[in-house]
Amino acid sequence: MSLIDLANPSRFLALTARALPWLAAATVLAFAIGITEVYFAPDDYQQGATVKIMFIHVPAAWLGVFAWIVMSAAALGTLVWRHPLADVAAKAAAPIGAAFTLMCLVTGSLWGRPMWGTYWVWDARLTSVLVLFLMYLGVIALWRTMDDPAQAARAAAVLTLVGAINIPIIKFSVDWWNTLHQPASVLRLGGSTIHPAILVPLIVMAVAFTLLFVTLHVAAMRNEIMRRRVRTLMMLQAGARMGP
Amino acid sequence: MRLRGSDLTCVRGGREVFRGLAFTVEAGEALVVTGPNGAGKSSLLRMVAGLVRPQQGQLELEDGDPELSISEHVHYLGHQDALKPSLSVRENLGFWAALLGGGGEKSEVALAAVGLAGLAPLPAIYLSAGQRRRLAVARLMAVERPIWLLDEPTSTLDAAAQTILADLMRAHLAGRGLILVASHGPIGLDGVKELRLGQQQSKQRTQPP
Amino acid sequence: MTALCALFIRDLRLAVRVGGGALIGVLFFLVVVTLMPFAIGPDLGLLARMGPAILWLGALLASLLALDRLLATDHEDGSLDLILTARVPLELAVAVKALAHWLTTGLPLVVSSPLLGLLLNLEAKASGAVALTLLAGTPALTFIGLIGAALTVALRRGGLLLAILVLPLTIPVLIFGVAASNAAIAGPVPFGAPFGILCALTLISLVIGPIAAAVALRQGLE
Repeated sequence: MSLIDLANPSRFLALTARALPWLAAATVLAFAIGITEVYFAPDDYQQGATVKIMFIHVPAAWLGVFAWIVMSAAALGTLVWRHPLADVAAKAAAPIGAAFTLMCLVTGSLWGRPMWGTYWVWDARLTSVLVLFLMYLGVIALWRTMDDPAQAARAAAVLTLVGAINIPIIKFSVDWWNTLHQPASVLRLGGSTIHPAILVPLIVMAVAFTLLFVTLHVAAMRNEIMRRRVRTLMMLQAGARMGP
Repeated sequence: MRLRGSDLTCVRGGREVFRGLAFTVEAGEALVVTGPNGAGKSSLLRMVAGLVRPQQGQLELEDGDPELSISEHVHYLGHQDALKPSLSVRENLGFWAALLGGGGEKSEVALAAVGLAGLAPLPAIYLSAGQRRRLAVARLMAVERPIWLLDEPTSTLDAAAQTILADLMRAHLAGRGLILVASHGPIGLDGVKELRLGQQQSKQRTQPP
Repeated sequence: MTALCALFIRDLRLAVRVGGGALIGVLFFLVVVTLMPFAIGPDLGLLARMGPAILWLGALLASLLALDRLLATDHEDGSLDLILTARVPLELAVAVKALAHWLTTGLPLVVSSPLLGLLLNLEAKASGAVALTLLAGTPALTFIGLIGAALTVALRRGGLLLAILVLPLTIPVLIFGVAASNAAIAGPVPFGAPFGILCALTLISLVIGPIAAAVALRQGLE
């Protein structure tokens, strides 16, 4: 199996049809191990059991960023090689990345409730993730408003790459804005050193989330390829000899 | 039923398009409006449809439904097809049938008549320009209205569709309908009256009879 | 009646199918609300005090955003010409269009406002008050906007002009919407007084909007 083989949509469909059950099984297995580990992980002496939200929150944040990296790589594929599969990969990754980012926001908010006494604080990290979420929604909206998939792909690719350059700048600005207003009393998630009893389940969960992302992404790419074929069939139908 | 326009003057964008125009169309008659570009063919049809206000002059409809205005008697087939790309062919026609006051039952027949029956569930975005025009023509059949105003109806239609349209027009005339067509070319009907628009002709008409 | 129903259903269908137009309004609302703390600082107490005003301004701008599509698309593809030849009063036709527009752009804003209230540290009661005033007030924004949409329908770049025309007309709605929200949260004015005026403004605009829009459209016919 070479990358060239995968680049053909039909080959991609055939190969992933075989790989998808294995991916799904690996995801379930990783989650089973991860959740067991989390269950036996010690509670925090200050935060109690709420610290366990971290095992969802942190991997979700990581995948929210990772999905954008995947989209940026696909965007390069779209702009440089004009490859349709890269378009499909970019389009399929956006809603999944947005979902993980939203999951990060919601868990962060639920975690913040007992910590800060309110569901939302304009903490630098949470705010950066919120901005990332907005960027995802913008990309999705761009995909949805354009009819021609190839045209939408190029526009979304440009936006994705601009985002890839800008997101670190936004992150830096938000950090600066936040420290300007709120000196050093912010809760530092995770702390400087992490105990192995927490680190191991965290890594397992991160692996499980990554597998989940890969599984969902491949499945979404398959759906998108099918959707494009339906679209092509419809256009052929309209172009073909008309009915009686 | 008789549609009569007298002493009509149309001004668009500060320019006088025509002045002192008069015409009469009887039931079962077709009037072909011809003339060079800018002579006011489209403006005249839009005026009858109630979409352009006459600067001067009158439009009268004899033996029409007294409850309704002239514009509520007309089918206006303009340059645009008034289709929504995201709605299916059937939904597009069904909507106009319901809005313009026909039942949904004739829509399927109309789609079949213009050769679009096989494409009914397809979103209109996939249609070609000619197919879109056919769908617009199907409106004429799906809803019964006595006065047809057709602005360049044959543009983008292929020969087969032009024949379909001519048949539709003949059937409409046979049913005591009225037709006003703005056209540059032949429309496939015999024995129609012609109204030539253009500066000299309209000047002649300003003179009292 | 079937004609108006058909128009209503068509507009709902179009709104749902075309690129999630309603969601773009909500997204705009979210972006505007997110930007506010960057400008005024993350002080939760201050944000909570300004919350109703921020939400109202955000909703006002977001509902304005989609207005230029309310009649312009129908004008561009010739649908408006045919609607004018339908056997329904133009006033009712545009009112039905505005109603469908409110359901697909205004109502999502109302529904999402409590969620955005969380970002601004609003309490449940305050969020509820803002949502209630938005529910009563956003129809007025749509129906006032309808007039602007009718006036600018034939212009190619009508969107910006539309905003300039409509925004001053929405000032009373903004005043009483925010006043009612603040009254519910802190007093001292009872909630009922400004809220009653807000409802009255909406009812008036429900009548004036379609009539003025129909006049504007007919005048626009040259």
